[in-house]
Amino acid sequence: MEQRILVVLPHPDDECFGISGTLAKHIAAGAQVTYACLTLGERARNMGNPPFANRITLPQIRKGELEQSCKAIGIQDLRLLGFHDKTLEFEDQDLLDLKIGELLAELNPTLVITFFPGFAVHPDHDATGAAVVRTIGKLQPSARPPVHCLAFSHNHQESIGAPDVLVDVSEFLQQKIASVLSHRSQFYVPQLFEKNPHKNREVQERFGTERFYTYKFA
Amino acid sequence: MLPIQNVEIQNRIDSLKDQDLYIHLELTTGAYAAHNDSTKHPAANFITNALIRYGIGSISGNGPYRVGLKMEKGWIYAEGLTHYDETDAERLIMAGHDSSGKLVVALQLSREPF
Repeated sequence: MEQRILVVLPHPDDECFGISGTLAKHIAAGAQVTYACLTLGERARNMGNPPFANRITLPQIRKGELEQSCKAIGIQDLRLLGFHDKTLEFEDQDLLDLKIGELLAELNPTLVITFFPGFAVHPDHDATGAAVVRTIGKLQPSARPPVHCLAFSHNHQESIGAPDVLVDVSEFLQQKIASVLSHRSQFYVPQLFEKNPHKNREVQERFGTERFYTYKFA
Repeated sequence: MLPIQNVEIQNRIDSLKDQDLYIHLELTTGAYAAHNDSTKHPAANFITNALIRYGIGSISGNGPYRVGLKMEKGWIYAEGLTHYDETDAERLIMAGHDSSGKLVVALQLSREPF
């Protein structure tokens, strides 16, 4: 099992569907997890249904939801990097790389998890993954931690094949569901509001496996 | 108006950085959106002749395009841009039009008020 995991994602809630079970599993085995969340998702269009957030209140609401999600997963160390939602592809690349480089130097992670650049749909996702692999790619090959990437664009399997890391998280569905439900301004998944949702077969099939690509540096 | 050529737009964005500029930024579904389709939620906004200054700016995407401008204490962002006014050498006039040609989004920058 991994000892020190660095997660770099741009939005509160990016962790919940794709990696929360994997993180809970690693944490149960003793891993230390740092989650560097680049923005507060303050330009999201979801405001709850019926709406309970607005453009003014959303950043603080999403920060609280993220903290609740981290607690549900067991993440020990949350870092808010303070960038602005929807702007990462336009950001000063040197600044992004510097911030990620500082985290790598401080934490010396044994695994880094981020989005697969170019195959993660949202421009912020792609820009975040690109910054991570750019920064790690500058290190000596022997100093590079493995990077596991999330990909879910429609074309991703045609371009990069099947994911090589499959994680069975069926034993950690309670933590995963609690992570999803933390983001109540963003999601409403009806099955998760039933009694004992982690025992629902549909939920188990939909959420029970998490999939990653090991990034191959040139 | 011509379809956006991103190299040309990037050059214009670079030539306008680090100076006081007037901006017009607008997004609209059109006032008849709900009239024509009751499932549509009509929304629109504009800000015009606000004074801004940015130090970093770029155009991104493969069309429709996005533009992001980083200011000292904030950001300007527009998505869905498709066209620009090639005849206006002083000002940068960009807009996004839908498949029927209707304007959806506008981003305009000028050294003089609009």
